[in-house]
Amino acid sequence: MTTTERDEARAGRVGAGPVVRVAVPERSIVHDLRAVKIVLHRELIRYGRDRMRMVSGLVQPVLWLLVMGTGLSNLMAAGRGGGPAGSHVDLKTFIFPGVCAMTVMFTAMFSAGSIVWDREFGFLREMLVAPVSRSSIVVGKCIGGAMVATLQGAVILALAGLAGVPYDPVLLLELLGLMFLGAFALTGFGVMMAARIKSMQSFFGLMQMAMMPMMFLSGALYPLAGLPVWLTVLTRFNPLTYAVDPLRQAVFSRLSLTPELRRTFDPGVTWWGWRVPVGLEILLVLLIGLALMGVAIIEFRRSE
Amino acid sequence: MPEDGAPAVEVAGLVRRFGAVEAVRGIEFAVRPGEIFGFLGPNGAGKSTTINMLCTLLRPTEGTARVAGFDVVRDRDEVRRNIGLVFQDPTLDGYLSGEQNLRFHAELYGVPRSVLPDRMRQVLEMVGLWDKRGDRVQTYSGGMKRRLEIARGLLHSPRVLFLDEPTVGLDPQTRSSIWEYIRDLRAAERITIFMTTHYMDEAEYCDRIAIMDSGRIVALDTPQALKAGVGKDRVQITTDDDEAAIAALAERFGLAAAMAEGAVTFAVASGEEFVPRLFAELGMPIRSVSVSRPSLDDVFMSFTGTTIRDAEGSSKDWMRMAMRGRSR
Repeated sequence: MTTTERDEARAGRVGAGPVVRVAVPERSIVHDLRAVKIVLHRELIRYGRDRMRMVSGLVQPVLWLLVMGTGLSNLMAAGRGGGPAGSHVDLKTFIFPGVCAMTVMFTAMFSAGSIVWDREFGFLREMLVAPVSRSSIVVGKCIGGAMVATLQGAVILALAGLAGVPYDPVLLLELLGLMFLGAFALTGFGVMMAARIKSMQSFFGLMQMAMMPMMFLSGALYPLAGLPVWLTVLTRFNPLTYAVDPLRQAVFSRLSLTPELRRTFDPGVTWWGWRVPVGLEILLVLLIGLALMGVAIIEFRRSE
Repeated sequence: MPEDGAPAVEVAGLVRRFGAVEAVRGIEFAVRPGEIFGFLGPNGAGKSTTINMLCTLLRPTEGTARVAGFDVVRDRDEVRRNIGLVFQDPTLDGYLSGEQNLRFHAELYGVPRSVLPDRMRQVLEMVGLWDKRGDRVQTYSGGMKRRLEIARGLLHSPRVLFLDEPTVGLDPQTRSSIWEYIRDLRAAERITIFMTTHYMDEAEYCDRIAIMDSGRIVALDTPQALKAGVGKDRVQITTDDDEAAIAALAERFGLAAAMAEGAVTFAVASGEEFVPRLFAELGMPIRSVSVSRPSLDDVFMSFTGTTIRDAEGSSKDWMRMAMRGRSR
């Protein structure tokens, strides 16, 4: 399949040496996997080279965590008064999983947005005209975006101590895995949008429009128990809810708290009073991610 | 029409409509293997639409096209495997180095890793970018970017290389160096080159040219034949006895010559081929000869009734032209 031949240069002035001929192989799984890998690799190279992006991606989460978290903690401390260990929860600890999710969300969307960028700068054409399946390009983009977002999330994890979250290696690995999963679903969403949207401005406009409500309705910033019915319903329809909750449960399982506090701050997600198990939440996020990626693949196949 | 072997590109009854607009209106042509084939026409004539259909980026509304022996609709992947593309607008990733751009391409095209380093070096040396391979493409000049794209288009040894306006937006010096690369390339690789241009002087480098206007091919032939078809070449000779020369030309060749610019001047088809005959048969010494040809501008004018510049002015791309005009 991968036959290569080198034939002697025919009076070529150019290379002086023999012309290296390449025989491009038939399309195969191996070939598609190579395509997935290189698309993914490119995402990582670009992320690695773009320090600005790394730093600017940190500003917002750090603001939330350190400024908002600290500021609002005061308010809570005033209301509750001090108490023995385990009897109060630092707000920073509470929003830490939410901030992780936010970081991942913004980075993932940004990665997906690079498709629109690639289209504007023509690079998308180079990919679309290659003899590989469009699915491998979309899959590469989704996994690559998810990896970049997870890397950015890892930087936030480094700040765990500041939020009173223990540096437990197992916990950190759990969080990384969960962030990757959420990032994958979000990149899928972004890529699906990017398939249709032709300009950078409208893409980011739309993303902003989608991301803010998603964040506010996800339980990233407040517990999802005891809300009014309309808000409860909205949060349950928000896919991000199911990405944030496992993160919070993972963090809270490592804290020593009274059951009462745990119930207040980590109530989980309930459907008509039934607490959705973490496993199901993870499965939901995965399925949503795969479905969005599927739609993105169909859209890219259709486009000429 | 093809002399030997199957045509590299074969197009029949090709039509492409965008809504009510018919961008390509039933064109027909064949490109021989190893040829440099040029599509000449103003912006908006349908050149890019045609090239997009040939490289499977756009589906034809009607008609068929075969590239490297494969149907562009039914054997899309086969076509893609066998063509290289250099687009009108750059399609490089500026954040990556030249080498990384090529590697990306190689992986997408499944170039076997065993030959990749050699091949990469070869194409980069061909376009003189081997020393710059580690630099980010952002830092490249316009000409370097175009050369890198040509190298990339060649990386997987395509049988047909499509160049859509390969020199547009480049300064004249870079343009001529790009042309040097293209001609070297044909000498080094077994490749057919299909290109579009709206520069008359560049069309001269092609083996054959199709002149396209408003979605139709209005003429197709070698640049020489096209020019010969328009008007005859102008030949000027000086002799010791101009009167006798004029008489001899009338007698032996049936040509009406006259004095102009101090030389015996006459018009004849394919002047260069006529010159040896002239020397052999005129029967008197000739001191100097000059042959000047009608330009492709004359050709374009004779087929479309307008110069390429005027045609562009009236095309749909007037906005773009306006922009370009401003920067000129």
